[in-house]
Amino acid sequence: MSKQATLLNDHQIEVVVTKPGVPSPSEFRLTSKKDPDILIPIQEVNVIPAKEGGLLLTTGVKVDPKGSYQLIDTRTGAEWLMAPSLFGVVITVLLTAALVQNFVFTRYLGLCVFFGVSRKRETAIGMGVTFTVVGTLSGLLAWTIDRFVLHPFRLHFLQIIVFIGIVAFLVQMTDTILKKINRPLHRKFGIYVVLITTNCIILAVPLLNALNENGFWESLALAVGSGIGFALALFLMSCARERTDLAPVPSVFQGLPIAFILAGLFALAFLGFSGLKI
Amino acid sequence: MSFDKLQAPPFRELLWRGFFSENPVFRLALSLCPAVAVTNSVKNGLMMGLAVWAVQVLSSLTIAIFRNFIHDKVRIPIYTIVIAVWVTAMDMTLAALAPKIYSEIGLYIKLIVAFAIIISRLELFASKFPLIPSVLDGFSMGLGFLFAMVLIGAIREVLGNGTIWGVTLIEVRPILFLVLPAGGFFTIGLLMAALNWVEKGRHV
Repeated sequence: MSKQATLLNDHQIEVVVTKPGVPSPSEFRLTSKKDPDILIPIQEVNVIPAKEGGLLLTTGVKVDPKGSYQLIDTRTGAEWLMAPSLFGVVITVLLTAALVQNFVFTRYLGLCVFFGVSRKRETAIGMGVTFTVVGTLSGLLAWTIDRFVLHPFRLHFLQIIVFIGIVAFLVQMTDTILKKINRPLHRKFGIYVVLITTNCIILAVPLLNALNENGFWESLALAVGSGIGFALALFLMSCARERTDLAPVPSVFQGLPIAFILAGLFALAFLGFSGLKI
Repeated sequence: MSFDKLQAPPFRELLWRGFFSENPVFRLALSLCPAVAVTNSVKNGLMMGLAVWAVQVLSSLTIAIFRNFIHDKVRIPIYTIVIAVWVTAMDMTLAALAPKIYSEIGLYIKLIVAFAIIISRLELFASKFPLIPSVLDGFSMGLGFLFAMVLIGAIREVLGNGTIWGVTLIEVRPILFLVLPAGGFFTIGLLMAALNWVEKGRHV
């Protein structure tokens, strides 16, 4: 299997073939790795004069530049696999979850906890760190069970019940282990561990992983990214709220209403990340 | 049973609590995620509200029936499992009945299971009172939530998009950014402030 095929953009593929001559478009088989049964039509084949054996294929429909595709030359039987590098995928998922589609400000998840613990900077940091650690563990455990138990036995309908069970189990376990092995740490972070069960991000991550059929590294990246995004949102919000506590806010806006307005402003700011192409 | 000596509040009182004095969204600030996320149109808000309402009533009903059999130490896991079962049922029902809306709000329907409002009603009410008051409590709280969802949805759709239920009301889009993600936060913040203002006026 040679690797001399690259996706240039969403409709062009550059490939180097060994057999001379200009093949007709129907002599290539292009399929997506996700649905190997569906043939992607190729509109035209052009020769790249500067390269020996270089061909430029134009597809009839748009393809995803970040997706994985397989190309077969039916004349020689040569195969090419086009896939983005794993590292690239992981970084993309991580940054998307943390910034571009921040779970708090653009997907609006985990708001109850977000408004609950963002009053002080110290509690915000504690919650952010605890959530990132426990969220990563639960994301991985849920992925494992989904992939090796629910998927093979076609038990998709049990996803919600199983995932919430995993979260509850893991929270209880973390709490107990932390209490046994490190008391001071438990005194500091124990309360946040218990609060994690009410955070819907921790449930949304395994559900999204199952929905998109993410692999191991992507699931790990989504779990870590969501944790970082949540921690970032909490930290930013707590810094701002510490100031509004001292500001002369109109009496009807005191407390939660002004916090909501603040969150709205942050969400507007985070809208700026949506232009980020990764 | 000492629990049965507790006098359940009358229905009118429960309704008032669900709608105003203990409104899940504006007063208790619980289950905010869907209140911000899926209220960019009345239709989505209504569908989400109905789903939560149904899950709340059915979970309250289940817990109220079995409250004398549930051991105190394992009550929270049992509440969670009961809610998860009803959410799964609701998830499948909506996926079958309204696939178009489901494709937009499906994730949030699944996340009903993590809503603090439902579990708090089970803990505070359904585990202590008999069947009928518990169902009425779930009914009022769910209705209060539904009311909040539809109200926020209507405000955002009319002001942001100039339409209501998909029907064009005004040609222009007065405040376009209300349908954007950030608009939900502003709408809820302003509505909370308005409610505070109304209540202040009432007491003065």
